[in-house]
Amino acid sequence: MKGNEAIGEAAIAAGCRYFFGYPITPQSELPEYLARRFPEVGGVYLQAESEVAAINMVYGAAATGARVLTSSSSPGISLKQEGISYAAGSELPCLIVNIMRGGPGLGGIQPAQSDYFQATKGGGHGDYKVIVLAPASVQELADMVGTGFDLADKYRNPAMILGDGFLGQMMEPVDFAGIKKSKIVEKTWAVGCKKGRERNVHTSLYLDPEELEKHNIKLAQKYELIAENETMAQEYLTEDAEIVVVAYGLVARICKAAVEKARSEGIRAGVFRPITLWPFPQKELRKAVAAARGVLAVEMSMGQMVEDVRLCLEGRLPVRFYGRAGGMAPTTQAVYEEIKKISLECKGVE
Amino acid sequence: MEVVFQRPQALTEEKFSYCPGCHHGIIHRLVAEVIDELGIIDNTVCVSSVGCSVVNYQFFATDAIQAAHGRAPAAATGVKRASPDSIVFTYQGDGDLAAMGTAEIIHAAARNENITVVFVNNAIYGMTGGQMAPTTLKGQKTTTSPYGRDSKREGNPIRVCELLNSLDGPAYLERVSVHDPKHVIRAKKAIKKAFQLQVKGRGFSLVEVLSACPTNWHLSPLASIEWVQKELMAYYPLGVFREAGEVDGEC
Ligand SMILES: Cc1ncc(C[n+]2csc(CCOP(=O)(O)OP(=O)(O)O)c2C)c(N)n1
Ligand code: SF4
Ligand SMILES: [Mg+2]
Repeated sequence: MKGNEAIGEAAIAAGCRYFFGYPITPQSELPEYLARRFPEVGGVYLQAESEVAAINMVYGAAATGARVLTSSSSPGISLKQEGISYAAGSELPCLIVNIMRGGPGLGGIQPAQSDYFQATKGGGHGDYKVIVLAPASVQELADMVGTGFDLADKYRNPAMILGDGFLGQMMEPVDFAGIKKSKIVEKTWAVGCKKGRERNVHTSLYLDPEELEKHNIKLAQKYELIAENETMAQEYLTEDAEIVVVAYGLVARICKAAVEKARSEGIRAGVFRPITLWPFPQKELRKAVAAARGVLAVEMSMGQMVEDVRLCLEGRLPVRFYGRAGGMAPTTQAVYEEIKKISLECKGVE
Repeated sequence: MEVVFQRPQALTEEKFSYCPGCHHGIIHRLVAEVIDELGIIDNTVCVSSVGCSVVNYQFFATDAIQAAHGRAPAAATGVKRASPDSIVFTYQGDGDLAAMGTAEIIHAAARNENITVVFVNNAIYGMTGGQMAPTTLKGQKTTTSPYGRDSKREGNPIRVCELLNSLDGPAYLERVSVHDPKHVIRAKKAIKKAFQLQVKGRGFSLVEVLSACPTNWHLSPLASIEWVQKELMAYYPLGVFREAGEVDGEC
């Protein structure tokens, strides 16, 4: 199944019945899939007039307690930032899918990872965080739809799946059995019918500065809790690795092949793949580089995640960056060459 | 003693935050009376917008959400689609609805989204201190059209009911005023009709209410009422622009 379509089927399996979106390449197969499938399962699919409208529809539907999904690609995600900020401020859960393409501006339609900053550092205005998940296969893409909804509900916060155009377009076998719809929690805060309860109100407006600060502190505490409990990462041959390659999403798979090649040439290399981009798996990365002499960050961007890697390692290890952009992907050979370079450099230091 | 006049159930005890002579308060009361009369307080959701009425979720005793500037019709769409048994209304100013949220209102109307819009046209940005609005009249002075709105420089005012009336979608469009008791009664009828049509599932209803902003018009409340009659009503004629036929029974 195509990655984009797998997201749609996974959303149905996860109990989501509301989708609001606007077409954009390379994610249009997802809205198209749901436009076809939702009527069969009693879901509501609505093509909005813009991404701005779509995310605000999501905001309204989320307020009723519904599991609600929207998806787009980079330029459209920029337009959604206003609504994401409001949802974060009002603590309304929802799932946003960004199947990234290259930028800035209209950029291109080919895969990229250049929205890392936007996704993990807030994106819109105000002090807030979005939970960001980065799948590396179509199976994981599907599984993360369930995980994303669950985390969004658990923390009453927007969650995002950050994939790239390759992942959205590629075909892989996928099994939906693991996506439990069981976790749809009761939402006593939902608006709609207030019979027999106090009225529910959702706002992000706090005109009194003391009140807003209290709200900011409350949100910050929530983010701390998420950072403590929800980091995820995957490691490959890091235990004895002198060179640790850090990459997320599909790029990590390329790096795995490069690491295998390096090992066959006698360089002990490994791969560390952050699965949650926010919260960034800091503890896990620090552990994974215990035996390392150097770190290589590989991205399909001009260098974004590498900043979090450097922040995490606090200068304890040299961190080199290798990136391709604009829809170009790093090749196994190129990553291998980089591993070799940093390996030599680090030996030199010794 | 018989109580003949009291606060509608659909209004909280919260004091209005509006200036003396402002018509937002009258319009709130009318909406609340209609909610009471239709017995829908338990399933109504107010979608507040951004303008002087931004905190009206504190005034309406219903469920409520606060939407981003201009986006109330989209947020209301989300609420209504996910909770079709709710009665959903937006309450929006002219800046919110006819500038920032132009796309959202046109498309909600075109989809004939089953929601009600209370559109308060005071020809100015009240909340931010009296800047030019999309409905500011030609010649009208505001802080950002200090020489008077010149259509060559600042463009022309937008007549929202007429604009939306070009669409097949909407079920109900009416422009009313609340500058005197007779018109207040008419305005209430229009608001009631708008909510009733939603209850019956007829689709998109919008009531545009011409409204005074004495503070930013720099007029006394009394002179503001005259200005509504003489100037606003001349450019924005009152009346029903669209009325879908009654349907039988269906809710
Ligand atoms: C995105 C964004 N831009 C600008 C503003 C500032 N702003 C707040 S209210 C407003 C205009 C409100 O005017 P109107 O909708 O006519 O309501 P009124 O106060 O007149 O009732 C503006 C521009 C904002 N809150 N958000
Ligand atoms: S500024 Fe104008 S619209 Fe706002 S409350 Fe005062 S009179 Fe009313
Ligand atoms: Mg106004």
